[in-house]
Amino acid sequence: MELLISLIIGLLTAVGVFLVLRGRTFPIVLGLTVLSYAVNLFIFSAGRLVMDGAAVLNSGLATPDPVPQALVLTAIVIGFAMTAFAVILAIRARADLGNDHVDGRLPEQSGEQK
Amino acid sequence: MLNLFWIPLLTLIGVFVSLSTSKVSRTACAYATAALPAAALAIVISYAPSVLNGESFVERFEWIPAAGLEVAFRLDGFALLFTLLILGIGLLVILYARYYLSEQDNMPRFYAMLILFMTAMLGIVLSENLIQLWLFWELTSISSFLLISFWNHKSEARKGARMALTITGMGGLALFAGILLIGQVVGSYNLTDVLAQGDLIRGSELYPYILVLVLLGAFTKSAQFPFHFWLPHAMAAPTPVSAYLHSATMVKAGIFLMARLYPALAGTDMWFLLVTLTGLATLLVGAYMALFKHDLKGLLAYSTISHLGLITLLLGLNSKLAAVAATFHIINHATFKASLFMAAGIIDHETGTRDMRKLSGLWRYMPHTAMLAMVAALAMAGVPLLNGFLSKEMFFAETLHQGSLGALSWILPVLATVAGIFSVAYSLRFIHDVFFNGEPVNLPKTPHEPPRYMKIPVEILVALCFVVGIAPGLVVAGILHSAATSLLQSDTPYYSLAIWHGFNFPLLMSFIALLGGILVYATRKQLFEFQSQFPERDAKAIFDQNIKRIVDSATRIYGTIENGSLQRYTMLFILSVALFTTVPMTKLIDYEGARPLLPVDGISIVATIILVVSALVTLIWHRKRMIALIAVSVVGLIVSLIFARFSAPDLALTQLSVEVVTVILLMLALFFLPQVTAKAAKPSSVVRDLGLATLIGGVMATISYAMMTHPQTSIADFFIANSKTGGGGTNVVNVILVDFRGFDTFGEITVLGIAGLGIYKLIARMKLFMPSADLNGIPWSNDHHPMMLATVSRALLPLALLVSAYIFLRGHNLPGGGFIAGLVTAVALILQYIANGVDFMRERSRLNYQWLISVGLIIAGMTGMGSWLFGYPFLSSWFDYFSLPGVGKFELASAMVFDLGVYLTVIGSTLLILGNLGALTTHARPEESK
Repeated sequence: MELLISLIIGLLTAVGVFLVLRGRTFPIVLGLTVLSYAVNLFIFSAGRLVMDGAAVLNSGLATPDPVPQALVLTAIVIGFAMTAFAVILAIRARADLGNDHVDGRLPEQSGEQK
Repeated sequence: MLNLFWIPLLTLIGVFVSLSTSKVSRTACAYATAALPAAALAIVISYAPSVLNGESFVERFEWIPAAGLEVAFRLDGFALLFTLLILGIGLLVILYARYYLSEQDNMPRFYAMLILFMTAMLGIVLSENLIQLWLFWELTSISSFLLISFWNHKSEARKGARMALTITGMGGLALFAGILLIGQVVGSYNLTDVLAQGDLIRGSELYPYILVLVLLGAFTKSAQFPFHFWLPHAMAAPTPVSAYLHSATMVKAGIFLMARLYPALAGTDMWFLLVTLTGLATLLVGAYMALFKHDLKGLLAYSTISHLGLITLLLGLNSKLAAVAATFHIINHATFKASLFMAAGIIDHETGTRDMRKLSGLWRYMPHTAMLAMVAALAMAGVPLLNGFLSKEMFFAETLHQGSLGALSWILPVLATVAGIFSVAYSLRFIHDVFFNGEPVNLPKTPHEPPRYMKIPVEILVALCFVVGIAPGLVVAGILHSAATSLLQSDTPYYSLAIWHGFNFPLLMSFIALLGGILVYATRKQLFEFQSQFPERDAKAIFDQNIKRIVDSATRIYGTIENGSLQRYTMLFILSVALFTTVPMTKLIDYEGARPLLPVDGISIVATIILVVSALVTLIWHRKRMIALIAVSVVGLIVSLIFARFSAPDLALTQLSVEVVTVILLMLALFFLPQVTAKAAKPSSVVRDLGLATLIGGVMATISYAMMTHPQTSIADFFIANSKTGGGGTNVVNVILVDFRGFDTFGEITVLGIAGLGIYKLIARMKLFMPSADLNGIPWSNDHHPMMLATVSRALLPLALLVSAYIFLRGHNLPGGGFIAGLVTAVALILQYIANGVDFMRERSRLNYQWLISVGLIIAGMTGMGSWLFGYPFLSSWFDYFSLPGVGKFELASAMVFDLGVYLTVIGSTLLILGNLGALTTHARPEESK
């Protein structure tokens, strides 16, 4: 099971990084979202994997590490705020600059662009 | 006796006294300015008898105890000597400047800067802590910059100031590095400790670096060759500044530093070579150049450089007697050079020029001033019966008594005599060219004697030259002894201050210097012709050129690295992440730990496959934005299932509700952004990015695997043990959020609120890009809101609110809490927006979301502050159990009120973001839809 989660984290990181490296805003926002899934899962897995439990006392269940869970819970909410901010910034940039490239201008076709 | 702190403090207050005198007369301004330094001088004098008896005083108080720093002042013999010079000459300069400055000059500003400089200088000489010393050191550079550029309408003043600041500032940085290294070696920045640990420093392998860095600081400040060129350009300053900073005090700061650290740094061959040879070069270059300067102040500037070189040379000789001679020459040079500068200022003031080719025969017009200037100039030349003679004699004797250069040791006394010859020659030129030598040529003004009081400072200083020269034993023996003793940190060897030591070698050298000087001056015409063959090197132009070169290359590098492409920065950033993570990864051998692995089941595999496929779909079809978005939302759902599977119900609930709002947000965003991404990337860069992404993904997977399979020691036990007893809740995650780490949560909801407000501002007044049709040119549907959805969502709203209330209330003990409840409420309300439209909601809901955010933050903050009322720290929580008839036993906790704040902030921020964006799409729709 640990191997599966590691693979998921690795895959999500790779997809996130690739999308973040694109030139247009929307794929980058998607990339940030995917990257934050990966990061959240990574921090969460720092508490090690525990099945059939809950971080609730007296529940008769196994108790996982609550600290990473608390960290990730706020990270998810803040992550949403960040995504929202990035999205609005992208919309505003397109409205003001007339294109949706992160550099604020379209790359020249001749190709100094990567 | 008042505390030592008062000495720099009084002068510092004096800065503000000067600034506040803009309304009063010029004389009153000068008196007010002089009052506080005079008081400081009185304090110093009250200490003087004990210090002269060999005592030293240290006062300290803690500054940054954690870094081992303290503010500490120290008054010993050497510091006393400098303090007297700084305050004494400073007061004379204040008096002098009253008459020197013209009506147009802003006198309070001038005095304020002068006193600021005085404070900085006092700080240097009184500092017990080296870092503190350095701070004052930099302050002198800055106040010197301000003073040189006092006439800032003149280009040469601005350029000279900039050059002085650049050179001394660079030296200051080197000095700081040197001081930090000293601190590292000694383990303390206190001068007392550093001076006591000289052997440790000299034995340390850092010693060469320390020495070079500290000397760089000292040499730049004291205008030693090859850094001497800034000093002549600093002469663009008003003459009182030149007299004070650039001859008597500031340029002596470098000398002071070398002398102060003498017990810690001197005594090695490296010290001898660096300091002596630099001093020798400076001595010769300065003396030679001084002769050829036509500008009166230029001559004095180069002569100052030469004398600073002489003192440096003495300090470099590693002999105690030489150090005594250096101390003595510091006193003498300060007195005669300050008076010479003042005399030059008087001549400039009364004739309107400083060009020695025009100035001649002034003896007839201003005999009094001429008399004073001549005595001072003779002291500079080292003529018997004046103070300059005594220290110069000691200097000659010392150059004879050293043998560090082996068989070439004769070279020092010979070159010293050569410098003496030139020194006599330029002094003669100062006297003869200016006061005799025929009639003045084309003077702008007819010269006459200056105001009475302008001469008083010169008279006092010249009298000192005389008195010291005739009766040194009476006047300076005491202070010289105590200064030299504290410089050396040991007893001084025997020396005699007598004028007559019998016929000996030093006397012969003085004699040769006198005769040679007269000879050189007599043949000056030929010499000037010889010198005129050399092209004049303009230090300013060279300096400017070098600065320009540095700026140009910096701009070039800057332009290459920062070309304005965010995409490229991201790539470089990720590339460096990859570099920094892969290298240590190669050293990670033990990537599989001892922790037993969990069994894999079928459902997990299926879920993983769905996730992998969706992730790959996102990757492959990322240019088809709608498809990519749907795929991403599938990934998010699986992630929340993972949280649920591995014992994190709170996270699963949060992820699920955030997923909903995120997808709605991105759908709204797609309305304003292109539906597809244009193909722009070159195949090579796609391959590069894929490679980079795979590398980082691989690193992350490996780290995760290594981490998850290793057993863990966590701080979790504390939280689990104290959750119920300390926080009153059984849901540990929630108790951590609202209680143990409540302050973090408070910060987080504040960020959330700020993000919401920031988005609100970004949306406001946005120039809308209004799409009227989709990708295929089909106009947007103008259907009304679907009836089924509208009806069902309205029925769902109370139910959803009830659920969120339930989740909120149970959050302290079971999965749930403010964050999740807030998100559920937000989703329920957003559903109403989607189903019924913005206008429908606006008619029915009076909720102001900005207001909701603030209320939420205020509630959370007030709950935290409430604990102050009971004398507990911020955000201490309280809980107790109550029972009501009909309800039963229940718990009340202050943490729940805090959670309410979280709840409200989350709702406010989410709806502020989505509501406003949604409203935009409504208004952006084509007109015919209404």
